[in-house]
Parts: sequence; structure tokens; C-alpha cells
Amino acid sequence: MDKQAIRERIKEREALIAQNFVLAEQEMTRLQQELQKEHQKVLYWEAKAKGAEKEHFNGLRLEIERQQKRLALPEQIVYQSTALRLAPKQTVVKNVVMAFLVGGTICLAGQVILNIFLQNGLAEKEAGAATSALLVFLGAFLTGLGYYDELGKVAGAGSIVPITGFANSIVSSAMEFKREGFVYGVGARLFTVAGPVIVYGTLVSILVGLIYFFINRANFTLL
Amino acid sequence: MAQKKMGKQTLQFSSAPVITSAAAVVGPKEGQGPLGDKYDMVCDDTYLGEKTWENAEQKMMQYSMELALEKRGLLPADLDFYLAGDLLNQIISANYTARFLNAPFLGLYGACSTMAEGLCLAGILLEGGFGERIGVSVSSHHDTAERQFRYPTELGAQRPMTAQWTVTGGGSCVLERIGTGVKLTHATIGKIKDMGVSNSNDLGSAMAPAALDTIKTHLEDLGRKVDDYDLIITGDLGIFGHTLLKELMQKEGYPVERLSDCGVLIYDPNQDTHSGGSGCGCSAVVLAAHLMEKLHKGEYQRIFFVGTGALLSPISVFQGETIPCIAHGVVLEAPSNE
Amino acid sequence: MEMLVRAFVLGGLICVIGQLLMDLTPFHITPAHILVGYVTTGVVLSALGLYQPLVDWGGAGATVPLSGFGHSLAQGAIRGVESKGLLGALGGGIEATSVGVAAAIVFGLVAATFFQPKA
Repeated sequence: MDKQAIRERIKEREALIAQNFVLAEQEMTRLQQELQKEHQKVLYWEAKAKGAEKEHFNGLRLEIERQQKRLALPEQIVYQSTALRLAPKQTVVKNVVMAFLVGGTICLAGQVILNIFLQNGLAEKEAGAATSALLVFLGAFLTGLGYYDELGKVAGAGSIVPITGFANSIVSSAMEFKREGFVYGVGARLFTVAGPVIVYGTLVSILVGLIYFFINRANFTLL
Repeated sequence: MAQKKMGKQTLQFSSAPVITSAAAVVGPKEGQGPLGDKYDMVCDDTYLGEKTWENAEQKMMQYSMELALEKRGLLPADLDFYLAGDLLNQIISANYTARFLNAPFLGLYGACSTMAEGLCLAGILLEGGFGERIGVSVSSHHDTAERQFRYPTELGAQRPMTAQWTVTGGGSCVLERIGTGVKLTHATIGKIKDMGVSNSNDLGSAMAPAALDTIKTHLEDLGRKVDDYDLIITGDLGIFGHTLLKELMQKEGYPVERLSDCGVLIYDPNQDTHSGGSGCGCSAVVLAAHLMEKLHKGEYQRIFFVGTGALLSPISVFQGETIPCIAHGVVLEAPSNE
Repeated sequence: MEMLVRAFVLGGLICVIGQLLMDLTPFHITPAHILVGYVTTGVVLSALGLYQPLVDWGGAGATVPLSGFGHSLAQGAIRGVESKGLLGALGGGIEATSVGVAAAIVFGLVAATFFQPKA
């Protein structure tokens, strides 16, 4: 076996691969073993080669690796479509209804809390912030008692999307890793989900601020 | 000397080592399942009085080994080797159990196929005459597995319909070179199958092709038919994976009436597990509690027990890699009437 | 009273979008993806002036979902620019949401300290 022979075999196989057939088991095994043999050989040459020749073998090896992956693809696609056909159906309608009801109820509760704060003389902004804080507290408390995950199983996005779900994501991972200590456990894990939320939320808000600044630059001082 | 390797991947144990004792320790959910009254011990909660679930899992593995030894009237010091594995990083449950037992120890990782892998290796060691008695244990714990492989347990995430419930439990077997008990006559060592499934919430469909490959190879290697077995039982394909395997077997022209799956048997459909059970513990406790009893009673004369494992890691899942799967099988025969 | 109904309906609908994303798209969407997606979408919608009308109509139905958190971030950044210029663009968002974030940290820490996960 030499370089030229391998290059030709790659070309021949490429034609076969392009047909996208699911190969018979024996044929498949034969081709896989052939590829293994060539791969090993080229790797051996590549390991010793230098400069441009090394590059050349490297390219050849990557070709072989690509074919190894590609060869299995038709079989995988056929299998996955069988699996998809037999897969248990997600109960989408039920999920959507439950998400609507639970999400709606949490927001309704938020509105009630907000109204109470407003009636007691809080300004609109403060009342909004206080409502968020109270809902976060409730979410955290229910998570601690072990109820929120039960709700989440039924409600799905209905209990993930509201700010109580944000609280749930913070408490659940912090609580789970308590035994790993208060620094690497609780302290670090508080931000497993909250971290990305705050990072990307803040980042995009800064971009918004910058864009707003440059659009209306004439109206503002630099600082 | 009799031929020990048959066909491509099957080993023949002509000395027929025996499983002389087995025990299963499970959590409360498994205790409420259809096999609930068959387990040696059902724990009241998932902590077992420990501070962490990891400790609880280790205790389950240890208890199952102790109970199996006690039933046979043996002590840890009687074990020539101890083979064990679990799902946690660096198989810590097995390591700590081996520390307790103080027996020569080989740690195994075959994900949920570990019990079958352990039986294969125990068979090889006994057939080779390297020892008289070997202990094999595996364990899994729903809450340790969830937090390692998926989400924190208290996170309000929805489980898809294909998701399986990791069994909380430990199962152990004692194998002996000479004795009476369930006979281990053959083992088929599986090859990795990867059909490009990458969803860690759908292990059933990832593992079904591995199970098919091992069953097919086994039958070809020994020139046997499905009907030569009273039962061919897979480890933890779950309801969906089991359906898929039946479909795949049918396509290859095999009868499917004698196929079963430990993950289907272990829970009742109304226990809200979605697609059934999974985890190392799944096949181990069903074997130790249910299948051993059936074999002893003679209801089954010969079964093929196929442990199925999805060899994924939390990191490979995050990196979007597909799931390599494996299945190892062992042939178990009813004790001979003497 | 009417406001309560609106909050319920709008809040419910916003959650339904998340549910449809999880159930009907082929991607493996986790709760973390949903939360990050809602916050950033909220920021963008708010900056385009599309979120304030929702808040005016549905009240808590728009502010309680995490997109409302994004709305606060965006409005904070814009007000920050108006009062402090370029520096306000950096600090405005976090200032406006500081109460919520601080509450999440404190309550999270307290709850995690006093409760055990039950599964």
C-alpha cells in the first residue's frame, strides 16, 4: 500500500458514499477495516514526516477520518427516523394549557401583590421592584420546601419563565451543592443559571445604552 | 481443553461457575413498584440516614453485598476478588465499598451494563481457576445521577416522554467456582454502537442498537435461536427503547415474544417515570430479586441477560457529542436438580 | 379587576411561547436557555420600544416573566445614558435591577442554607 493507492481508494469510496446507501453489514465491516488500516498507515507516515510532506499526510488522514464518519451516516439517519416514528408523543397540548394556566396564575399573583404595594403608597417603580423581590422570595421558599420542582414537572415553561423560576434555578443548584461547602458549593452554584442570565442581560443592556448614546449624541455630555 | 471462545464475541464457561447468592437493596420508589416485595431490603427514604445522596448510594451497594454474603454464610474475607462499578465520576461508590470490604478489587465502568460486565469478568476469572469466590456489585441512585448528568433535583424542569428514571438501588451477586446455584454458561462481550443519538434524555433509543448487535452476535456465535431461551431480557432500554428493540428484531426476522426489559418491569406505568427505569441498579436489582427467583423456581430454565450501557459523560453531553453505547450478555441457567 | 385578567392572559401567553419553543423545536432547550433567551429578548424588545406597550396593557403579566427583567435592564440603561451619559450606559441596567438581583442572592443563599433537597 502506498500513498497513491490510498488516494485512489479514497476517490473510489467517495463515489460509493455519495450514493447514500445503507450498506450491507459485511460490506460495511470490510470498508471500516480498510479505513482503519489506511488511517494507521498514514498516521505512521505522518508521525515521521516533516514540513510539506507532513502537511500532505495530515490532509490525507483528515480525508480518511471524514470518510469514517460519513460512512455510518445513512445507517444512522435510517435508524433515527425509525426511532422518531416510534417515539412517545410529547403531550404538547396539555403542556401548553398547563404552561398558560400556571404562568398566568403566577403573573396574576404578581399583579395582586403589585396592586397592594401601590395602594399602600409606593411609587410605581418601587412597587415593581418590591413585587419582584417578594416573588423571588416566594420562588426560593417553595423551592426550599420541595414544591417548585413538582410544579415545574406539570407546568414546564409556565413555572420557568416567571421570575419565580429564576429564583428556583438559583436556589435549586445552590441547595444541591451545599455539601461541597459554602464557597465552591453554595456560593459558586448560586450562579449556575443566574450567572448567564445576568451576564447576557447586562451585556445586551449595555449595548442598548451605547447605541442610544451614539444615536442621540448631540443631546448628551460624554460623562 | 474445551474451546472457550465461540464465534466472534462469545465465551463458553464449561466449568459453569454458579451464582450462589444475590441481594438487592432499593429506595422507596422501587419498593412501591411491581417487584416491591421481592427485594431484600427497601429503604424508607433516599438518604438512608446519611448526609448526602452519594453516601446513601455507597451504603446501598455495601448493604447489598453484605446481605448477599450473609445469605450464603460468607464473609468479605472469603472473597478472592471484588468487581464493582457505578455511575458516579471515578466510580466512587464502588471504591468506598471496596474500602469497606477490604477485598482485592477491580473497578468497572460499563454504565448501566456494569452488572453484566461484572458477571462476564467473574466468569472468566473463575473459569480460569484464579479464585473460588468473587463478589460483583453495582449501584445507582436517582438523585446522584440527576445532579451529575442532568439538572439539580429541585429545579422545576420538565422531563420529556423519552426520559427514564434512574433506579435508586444496589445489587450484588456472589459467584463461586464450585457450588449449587444459577449457572453462568456463556458470556457475550459487546461492541460499541453509536447511532448518532446525542440526547441524554433519550438513552433508550441510543442503546437499542447495541442490544440488538449483542443479541444477534450471541445467537450467531452459538448457533442458537431465540426460542432456545425462556427469556431474553435487556437491562434498561425502558419502554421506548424496548419498543424500538422489538421493531429492530422483527426487521431482522426474530420472534419478539420472549423479549423483556428490566427497565419496563421495575416500575408501574402510573409511577410517572415516563419511559421506565434506567441506571446500573436497574438490571442488577431485577436480576438479584426477580430473575434469580424465577430461575431457582425453575420457571425459567435458561435466560439471556443483556446489560445495556450508555457510555456518556456530562461533559460529552455539553459538547454535543453522540452517545456510544454497549451491551454485554450472560447466559444464566436454572440450578440443576440434585 | 380588568387588570388582573389582562395580567393572567398576557403572562400565560408569554409562558406558552417558551413551552412551544421547548416542545416543538428539535433543539435540546434547557431551563437555563429559556431564561437567558427571555432576558435578552426582553432587552431588545424594550430597546425597540415594543415592550412598554405590553407592560401598559398587561401590567404584571409583562413584568413578572423574565423578559420583564430584560425590560428593566434596557430602560435602566437608557435612563442611565440620559442622566449620566456614557457611564450610565454601563451602570444603568444593573442599577435598575439591583433590588431584584440582591433579593435573589440573599433569598437564594438563605433558602439553600436552611433547606435540604428532597428530590
